[in-house]
Order: sequence, then structure tokens, then C-alpha cells
Amino acid sequence: MTQFVVRRLLGAVPLVLGIATIIFFLVNLAPGDPTLLLLSPGVTDEVIQQMRENFGLDQPVHIRYVKWVGAMLTGDFGYSFSHSRPVVDVLLDFLPNTLILSASALVVAFLFGIVLGTIQAVRQYSALDSSLSVVLLFFYSMPSFWLALMLILTMSLYARNVWGLPIYFPASGMTSTEYEFLSAAGRIADRVRHLVLPTLSLALVLMAGIARYMRGSMLEVVRQDFVRTAHAKGLPERTVVFKHALRNALLPIITLVGLYIPFLFSGTVFIETIFAWPGMGRLIVEAIFQRDYPVVMAGAFFFATMVVVANLVADLLYAVVDPRIRYE
Amino acid sequence: MSSPSSGVRDAPAIPVDPTRRPGGRALSAVLPGLPQILVGRWGTGAMALMTWVGMIAILVTRTDRVLAAGSGAWDERIALFTLVSGLVASWVWSWREIGEAGRLTTVGVSQWDLAVRAFSKNRTAVAGLLVIAGLYLVSLVTPFIAPHDPNTQYDLLTDRLVGMSAEHPLGTDQFARDVFSRLLYGARISLSIGFVAVGISVTIGTLLGAVAGFFGGIVDGAIMRFVDMVISFPRLILLITIIAIFEPSIFLIITVLGLTLWPSTARIVRGEVLSLREREFVQAAEALGYPKKRIILRHLVPNALAPVIVAATLGIGNTIVLEAGLSFLGLGVQPPTPSWGTMVASGRNNLLGAWWLSTFPGLAIVFTVLSFNLVGDGLRDALDPRLRS
Repeated sequence: MTQFVVRRLLGAVPLVLGIATIIFFLVNLAPGDPTLLLLSPGVTDEVIQQMRENFGLDQPVHIRYVKWVGAMLTGDFGYSFSHSRPVVDVLLDFLPNTLILSASALVVAFLFGIVLGTIQAVRQYSALDSSLSVVLLFFYSMPSFWLALMLILTMSLYARNVWGLPIYFPASGMTSTEYEFLSAAGRIADRVRHLVLPTLSLALVLMAGIARYMRGSMLEVVRQDFVRTAHAKGLPERTVVFKHALRNALLPIITLVGLYIPFLFSGTVFIETIFAWPGMGRLIVEAIFQRDYPVVMAGAFFFATMVVVANLVADLLYAVVDPRIRYE
Repeated sequence: MSSPSSGVRDAPAIPVDPTRRPGGRALSAVLPGLPQILVGRWGTGAMALMTWVGMIAILVTRTDRVLAAGSGAWDERIALFTLVSGLVASWVWSWREIGEAGRLTTVGVSQWDLAVRAFSKNRTAVAGLLVIAGLYLVSLVTPFIAPHDPNTQYDLLTDRLVGMSAEHPLGTDQFARDVFSRLLYGARISLSIGFVAVGISVTIGTLLGAVAGFFGGIVDGAIMRFVDMVISFPRLILLITIIAIFEPSIFLIITVLGLTLWPSTARIVRGEVLSLREREFVQAAEALGYPKKRIILRHLVPNALAPVIVAATLGIGNTIVLEAGLSFLGLGVQPPTPSWGTMVASGRNNLLGAWWLSTFPGLAIVFTVLSFNLVGDGLRDALDPRLRS
């Protein structure tokens, strides 16, 4: 087991290095000189030359590449122009917020996805199954940014201003303006309220995919001999579904975690922008518009590395829960 | 397909075909497609009927625009061509098909025939295909249908952010432009980008995947490690990084989408080729000394194509969402060119006052993508022999 883990970890190293390489050459071989973005037009050539030397841009690309990788290995991702701080500090500020949002979306998506998929499979070809299929496919086809706007429209703006409902959810930020004056319980409630709409926007689309997958997986298991045996033994339906079928049907769902993490991160880019959520996705989008390349490179690298790690964790989890997988 | 004039096939031995109804031809001359629907071939029939009725309706209600189109802009000429060929094709097809049905004796049934049969039994998938065909037809003849010019700004004092009315079916936006017309013109972007980008990526992915699977060894290792890397990127981050470095334009987006989506296709094809390579017909081809290029292109690729077609259809839906997302962030199609993504984005600032701005373009995206997903699901069931019932 330990050997298996170590080998998988070692296998991920060249992958991460390769990703870093792609990002570096993408940004550095692009046309245009980053120094010209920072200087006012009409400065003398000496100033431009000095600036290029300051950034190390006067050196050939392969030297810059080696230096960049070397610095990155020691945790130095450079200096952010727009935040005037080291990139690592900026990323560490924004990372927890993204993780809170992603984690709550993942939990909601998997919980509801698994429940709905199981219900569909148990009641295959019923009216409930087919109507759920249609609704889920509708959500599955939905751009998350549009869903976010529709949720804001109905559950925030209209609920509060037009319909005058007692319950509505805030449409932006992580906390209310009066957050500092709230009690401890009030603070938690305030944070949860702010989390509802962004989580739903991310989770509903993912949930639809998970439920579709879960339905298929469950249907495959239900057809197998051991389930028929369980039925034949006269076990109650509940025991057969939950103890025999569901446990086995959940196995392939684990691989979905690794598969859906990239989708989730792509989703956070929109959702964080729309809900003014101070996370990594919004940070990268803003950095791109401000041409803050160190942040873009580090952010993209961070995201890609997290995807690799998530896939690794999913693989290991799979090996742990499924005894049929051998560590070779 | 036989030509209707070949009398040889009119052998008396063929029993009377129940799908041939007396009067079918006469009916098809007036309403092409209707006789096909009446005998149960509703998918193709509805397609022909939809085209015919739609084109006639355009011809009657927009006669002036159709007559002027011959000397108009390029999109008007395309619309005219679509109109004429749609009318001719649906009429001729229906006339010939209803007369020919039952005459052709089926000798051998290929896997593709079986797949077509299984697909046409799947009602939701056929409905999805009809919606897609309708969308493409509408976007081709948009210059005739659109009630207003998509970029004309009407009176900013009286026509700005007006709700739905007969004059503006879906209201107007913050620049007093007609939302319905912009929606129609925006369909061009979404529908063409999805198709072209997926076309590029499927071609590259199939070839590289087949090469990797066939040759194995170092070639396989190099290609697949690169595939692993690209797949590990959250796709949107990769796209916005590339697009932000260059200037956003429609050609850049198509190229970048095409060049970044191929790895998943390559993975699928490689897997298929690895198992096909061990099969007897490929070994026979190798033993016969066929060149490797021929084995890959003629023996391996066609047999690995079924899952690729499914993935490509579902990929078109994803690409449409992706393009809309890029446009939403301002990194896609640049204003004033209408696209569904930018329309959703521009409605964001007027959500409370003008809910229709973001809602309708978004619904258009959802229904388009939904149709592609329905067709993709139907294709998967139809192309997989194990799933055919």
C-alpha cells in the first residue's frame, strides 16, 4: 500500500512540472513586451532596457525558465503588480474562501446527486424517474453563470423587493456590512446565508451530472447476481437497496470527485465574479484584466496542481474502498 | 439508393407495402412530410414539413426582403439560398420517398443501419435532433425573420429597457436595441463555434489518439503525458489565460477551443485502438503488409468512431456553454456583435428592472445545449450494441 502511494506521488511530480512548463511558455512566448504595459509611452530606450533588466527579461527564454522553476520550487512565485505583495501571500488570502465555496458545493452536489440517482434507479421507468431525468438534464445543460443570475433574480431581488418574501438571500459578498456587530451565532448564520446562492449555482449543475451517473451505476449493480440472491433470500427491499446495492454502486462515484474538480474550479471563476466572492477564481480573472502575469501564472499552476492532487486522492480512495483493485 | 425511373425494381413479387397509401403522392405535393408523418415516419416527416411550412411562411410574409436579398449582403444571399434549396429539397425528397418506400429490398444490414434504426425509435433524441435542425435553419434565414436590425439603437428616451410588446417581442436592452433580433443573430455565434471547434478538436484528437494507440512505446508515452497535463488544467483557466494574452476575437476563440478540447477525444480513441489492434482483422491487415497509414485510417479509425461521435455531440453542448461563458467574462465575442453569452452578461446590471435581458438568451443556451445532450444520449444508446434493446 505504502509503495503504491509513493509511486503514485512520484508519478504526479513530472505532471506538475509539465504543467508549470506549459504555463511558463504560454505566458512568455506570447507576443508583446510586458514592460511596455508598465511604462508611459515616449520614455527613452535606456529606461526600457533598465526595466527589462530589472525583470530579467534581457536573458534568453531557457535561462528564465530554469530560474522560474527554481524559484517556484522554493515557494517563490514572484511579486504581484496589482496587489503590491508577494504572489504567495495574495493566493493564501484568497484560497480559503474558494475552498469553503467548493467544499460546500461538492457536499451538496454529491449528497443530492446520489439521493436522486438512487431514487431514479430504484423506481426505474416510473413517472418519477422520467420526470426527474428531464429536470436533471435541464440543469445539466445549464451554464452555471446563468443559473446564478436566475437565482439572484428570484431568490434575492424579486423575493425581497417585489414579492416581499420573509426569506431572501444576499446576492454578493461573504458577509453583511453589519457583520462586525453581530453575535457569534448571528455571524455564523450570516455567513451561511451568504453561502446559499453561490453554493446552489455551483452545486445544481454538478448534481445533475452526478445523479445521471449514479442512476446508471445503480442500475448496473441492481442487475447483478448477488442482488438477486439478496432478494431471493427474502431480505426486505430497504436492506437490499441500502446495504447491498448502494454500497457497490457508490464505488465508481468516487472517481467522479477527481473528474468534477476541474469543472468545479471553472465554475468558481464565474460564480465568484458574479457573487463578488473573494476567491481564487475571481482573483485570476481580475489579474488577467490587469495583466498581472505573476498572479495569473501562479493561480493557474495552483488550480492545475489541485486537480492533480484531487485525482490522486480519488485514485487512492478507490484503491482503499475497493478490495478488487490491487496496488500494483 | 435507386433512382425512381429504374423500372427493373418494380418487380410484381414485392407485396403491398402498408406504408404506401393511395394519395400519398398527392398529399406530399401540397404538404411535403405530412404523408410520412401519417405512416409513422414522424422524424424525417416533421423535418420536411417544418422546413416547407417555415419557408413558405417566410416567402409570404417577407416577400419584399426575399426579393431584395439576391443583391444584398452575403448573409442575405445565404438566407436566400437556404430558402430556395430548403423548399426544393423538402418537396422533392417527400415526393420521391413516399413513392419509393417499400420498394427497396434490404439485403444486408450494417451496424450503422442498426444504429439509425435504434436512434429513430428514441423519441426524445429525434425531438432533440429536430430542434437542432430547426435552430440551424432559423439561424441561416435570420435576415428574413428578424423584426429589427440587431445593432440599431432606437430612441434612448422612450425605447430603452421596454418590456415585451408586439413591436419588440422580447423587449429592448439598455441601448434600446431589439432583444429578439439580437437573440436570432446571436445564435450564429453559438451554433457555428460549437461545430467548428469540436470539428477541429475531434480531428486532431482522433489522429493523435490512433497514432498513440497504434505505435505505443515512446510515441504513446509522449502524447498521453501531454494529454494528462492538458486535462489537468481547469479548462476555463487555460482558455482565459491564452485569450487574455492575445486579443480576443472570434477566430482566436475557435482556434483555442479547437486546440484545447482534443485531449479527451485522444484518450477515447487510444483506448479503442489498443483493443482493436489485437483483433484479427487488424492483424490480417498487418500480415498483408499494408502501410501503417492505411491501417490507421482505413481499419482502426472507422471502428473507433462510435464513442467519438457520442463524445463530439456532447462536446458541442459543452463548447456552446464554454463560449457563452467566455463572452460573459468579456473575453469572447466583442460588442456590438450579439452573442448569447454577452447578452446574458449585459442583462446582469439590470436584473431587477429588466429581467428579460438575461433570461431569454440563457434559455436559448439551455435549450440548444439540452437538444445536443439529448441527441448525444440517443447516439450513445444507438451506437452501443449492448444498450440496444
